[in-house]
Amino acid sequence: MPEKVITVQHLMKKFGGFIANDDLNFDVYKGEIFGFLGANGAGKTTAIRILSGLSRPTSGEVIVAGYDANKKPEMIKRNIGYMCQKFSLYEDLTVRENIILYGGIYGMKLAVIKNRVHDLLERLNFEEYENRIIADLPLGLRQKLAFAVAVLHEPKIVFLDEPTGGVDPITRRQFWEMIYETAAGGITVFVTTHYMDEAEYCDRISIMNEGKIVALDTPAELKRKYNAETVEEVFIKIARPVAPHTPLKGG
Amino acid sequence: MQTVVESTGICKSFGETRALKNISFTVDESDIFGFIGPDGAGKTTLFRILTTLMLPEEGTMTVLGLDTVKGFKELRKNIGYMPGRFSLYQDLTVEENLKFYATVFGTSIKENYDLISDIYSHIEPFKDKLAGKLSGGMKQKLALSCALIHKPKILVLDEPTTGVDAVSRAEFWIMLKKLRDHKITIIVSTPYMDEAMRCDKVALIQNGTILAINQPIKIKEGFSRKLYSVKADEKYKLLLALKKYPKTSSVWPFGDSVHLTVNEEDPEESVKSFLEKEGVKYPEINLTEAGIEDRFLELMKSENG
Repeated sequence: MPEKVITVQHLMKKFGGFIANDDLNFDVYKGEIFGFLGANGAGKTTAIRILSGLSRPTSGEVIVAGYDANKKPEMIKRNIGYMCQKFSLYEDLTVRENIILYGGIYGMKLAVIKNRVHDLLERLNFEEYENRIIADLPLGLRQKLAFAVAVLHEPKIVFLDEPTGGVDPITRRQFWEMIYETAAGGITVFVTTHYMDEAEYCDRISIMNEGKIVALDTPAELKRKYNAETVEEVFIKIARPVAPHTPLKGG
Repeated sequence: MQTVVESTGICKSFGETRALKNISFTVDESDIFGFIGPDGAGKTTLFRILTTLMLPEEGTMTVLGLDTVKGFKELRKNIGYMPGRFSLYQDLTVEENLKFYATVFGTSIKENYDLISDIYSHIEPFKDKLAGKLSGGMKQKLALSCALIHKPKILVLDEPTTGVDAVSRAEFWIMLKKLRDHKITIIVSTPYMDEAMRCDKVALIQNGTILAINQPIKIKEGFSRKLYSVKADEKYKLLLALKKYPKTSSVWPFGDSVHLTVNEEDPEESVKSFLEKEGVKYPEINLTEAGIEDRFLELMKSENG
């Protein structure tokens, strides 16, 4: 049995009378690429905030990287990486300064960070950008760098919240190669995306709707079960948005 | 068919950055015309020039027969524009926003209700809610209603579906198709390649240059080589092995498979045995049809050298 790095049992999260997460149950394994999908407003962000130690469950048990989200959220924060599209690096710091800052925030020793700066830049082919400020870099480079920085401290899990929004098709693919490489190295990758073709890259995906997980399996198995050609078709069949809408007849 | 937009040699720079380099295209009446490209490609700059909000440095653009620089006053009455960032008044209610836009253009909600009823009816139950308190999907529907309330001849939508889930995106495109039936020409930008197929015509844009412009099906057909889809359970191993294959020309991960082009004829057996030697279990290789994204990758690669 592979090692579990996330265990969620009967997770409930309420805001007043509103149930944002309604009895979630799932496990995520070491080195797995886990896609966390759902319509806007389905409760994904709420769940990710709990899994990353930023918010507490109303009830239920959540264990991430070996720590209880109710009792030890600070320890969770130290053992995960996080990256999202909207904010990741400080734009007015250089590439090198960002790496040193983030390494320091995660409690790494300066000597260790300085060693890794070089490795990291070499691996990404970024040596020439070392002393450039982030604002001067194209979006694709920034996103790749942000991901590398999010796993600099070798966390057990990295959360990626829509990491590839707006990037060109070549960069998206290079980004997914980085994800594959990271997962092959034993770091679990927990990713959300609105690109349904990207969901097909994942080992397993879950689909949320109105606070509940309505499907969880490998992409191939979901397609078989819902008699669909693509994950997008599966998604459109089962991920009904919360807002009032007219029923759709498939994609 | 009548031409409603004609762009000739449009250039625009911001300091050192050349945002648009010699952009030329035409848009026919009642078409859905899509600009497909990543962030930073120049889509928003182009749309600002098109909607008379920015001046080009070189080149000319005429919309509905009017020059975007000299005829901007007249033109603005006939263009509906939905910018990428939500830019309605967050502290006004849904209905107040719509009323405001109608009044600015000298019309009323009642007069053009027909045109927006399909869209606005979804949010009408919340008409007394503040716009800032709406969910993403509802904000989008309100913004679209406001852009349409003066019955424009051209609707310009800058990344209306970015960050929107797949279900809502599919719904949004159904709404656009219905608007086309009202003879409204729609110019839309998106970073999602799959949406290209929903347009009548698309321009692939990257680094301020149009790489290709045609009907989506014709763009797909422009893919010049035989394309193979390769599958195996261990996707990363498969990808690395295909990169090592001596005859590989291009290799891109594509969801549950890898898309491959090679510099040899009938490579199936040879690729398979190479993969097995590399320790990839049970590889499958099949000829496949190129999609628009394959073509975009091919064009980008030749552009970058």
